[in-house]
Amino acid sequence: MKLHRLLLAPSLGTILIFMALPIAITTLYSVLTPAQYGGVIWKPSAEAYIRLLFERDIFDDTLTFNTDYLQILGRSVLQAGVATLLCLIIGLPTAWFIATRPPGQKSLWLMLVTVPYWVNLLVRTIALLLILRDEGPINRALQSIGLTDGPLPLAYNNFAIGLGLVSSFLPFMILPLYAAIERFDFSLLEAAYDLHANRRKAFFAVVLPILRPGLIAGGLLVFIPGIGSYLAPDILGGGKTLMLGNLIGMQFQGSRNWPFGAALSTILMAVTLIALFIVARRAAREET
Amino acid sequence: MALLDTRSKDIRNLPGFGLTATLAVAFLYAPILFLVLYSFNSGRSISRLDGLSWQWYQAVFANEEIAGAALNSVLLAVIAASVATVMATAAALAMVRMKVRRKAAAYAVLNFPLMVPEIVTAIASLIFFSSVGLGLGFGSLVIAHTTFCIPFAYLPITARLTSMDPALESAAADLFARPWRRFTLITLPLLAPGLMSGWLLAFIVSLDDFIISSMLSGPGSTTLPVHIYSMLRLGITPEVNAVSSLMVLVSALVVITSGLIARKQT
Repeated sequence: MKLHRLLLAPSLGTILIFMALPIAITTLYSVLTPAQYGGVIWKPSAEAYIRLLFERDIFDDTLTFNTDYLQILGRSVLQAGVATLLCLIIGLPTAWFIATRPPGQKSLWLMLVTVPYWVNLLVRTIALLLILRDEGPINRALQSIGLTDGPLPLAYNNFAIGLGLVSSFLPFMILPLYAAIERFDFSLLEAAYDLHANRRKAFFAVVLPILRPGLIAGGLLVFIPGIGSYLAPDILGGGKTLMLGNLIGMQFQGSRNWPFGAALSTILMAVTLIALFIVARRAAREET
Repeated sequence: MALLDTRSKDIRNLPGFGLTATLAVAFLYAPILFLVLYSFNSGRSISRLDGLSWQWYQAVFANEEIAGAALNSVLLAVIAASVATVMATAAALAMVRMKVRRKAAAYAVLNFPLMVPEIVTAIASLIFFSSVGLGLGFGSLVIAHTTFCIPFAYLPITARLTSMDPALESAAADLFARPWRRFTLITLPLLAPGLMSGWLLAFIVSLDDFIISSMLSGPGSTTLPVHIYSMLRLGITPEVNAVSSLMVLVSALVVITSGLIARKQT
């Protein structure tokens, strides 16, 4: 028993001290006063959370309701949500197709889907910008065959960010769905048909419940990194449309308001934990 | 209705699914292939292919800043992956022998880094290292990377460990092998493929990181992704394409290696 503790201590200790503790300190920083050039002054203040909703007048300190930051928050949730949905629409048929191939082809397809995950995300994002630009291959092809007169605005907008999120996280959706479909016993379907179920009914009554853990896992794996995503909005959005990740990053680079950044990061962490908690509780309830 | 032929009922092969899968794969690869192709352009343009040449690679190899950043990245990834693999192996060895009830908490902690959004880790580490006085730089980078690499190293190792036959170790014990000899003679060699894939996964995850490194790297400890990002201020240049293509090459080599290990395993 002692040996087990000794073996577990280094990894658990490292994660607790260098990840859990820093996140706790971040939460603490979110209720402190910002220092002028980054860092904090040890004086409690709710200003960071007030700032999220209100704008403080610099002359008479009156608060006026301001939705700027809420909009960024809402846009992040929306972008991540749309990306999750798109990943599902593309990922489910893809995972289904792969899982129903003969064994040899299956591993080839799986490899094809996994390899992009191993390629650096910054490199993948740059590559996507390269083909979406006004002078990129898509726009030049469209113009040379005469479909469009000028370049279509493919880059530097919400569309490009969405596409970036989908390409960043699509493998995360395909793999858990594949794992769920792979385990599916197709003779259950034949049983459903024997009981006079049609294709539609068979899908919703037999297939969907079995896919659910895969759907939830894939959804979380796309949605959570999607909300906090930094590179896709930064590079593909051209810095015009911010998402939560960029807003947080900015507070530690140019704007230098650490408590505000810490507050935003605390909110993101809270949303993540709540989502995980709901899923975990549901899974536990289904098991019993 | 009862006479519907069985083919139309078979939902194993659905129309359009193969096409979707093909398009999905094309969507994932086309940008990368395009980037690699243009890294060989003989002209300065990133939209017109003038001819093929190695010149941008020569420019990249001659660039000392890039070389320095690449060295930092590789050194960081090797140290972080190695330390994380050792820690993850120890944890996995303890976990397979533990009771289910006690395992849950340890399991949650081991997987915790996977659940935290990267930007949160990044700024939490920045706040932590600057407030405890460790400061920013290579040391902080090593600690932060090791931490988020642990679960990535842990997963393949524990998968390998649970698929191993415990009878082999008991056999060694029956032959009066001491615990340490049992470990080095039986467990470790059998575990080797898991260790290797765990290390490779951690290595590539460390190499992939941008946002945490960009918050923690001080002057002189810039990693390659952070340097490439700073090159983007001048727009996408052929040099960016060339150095990015080299990163694609490294990823491809790692994937092939881990694929070969996986094949050997079965």
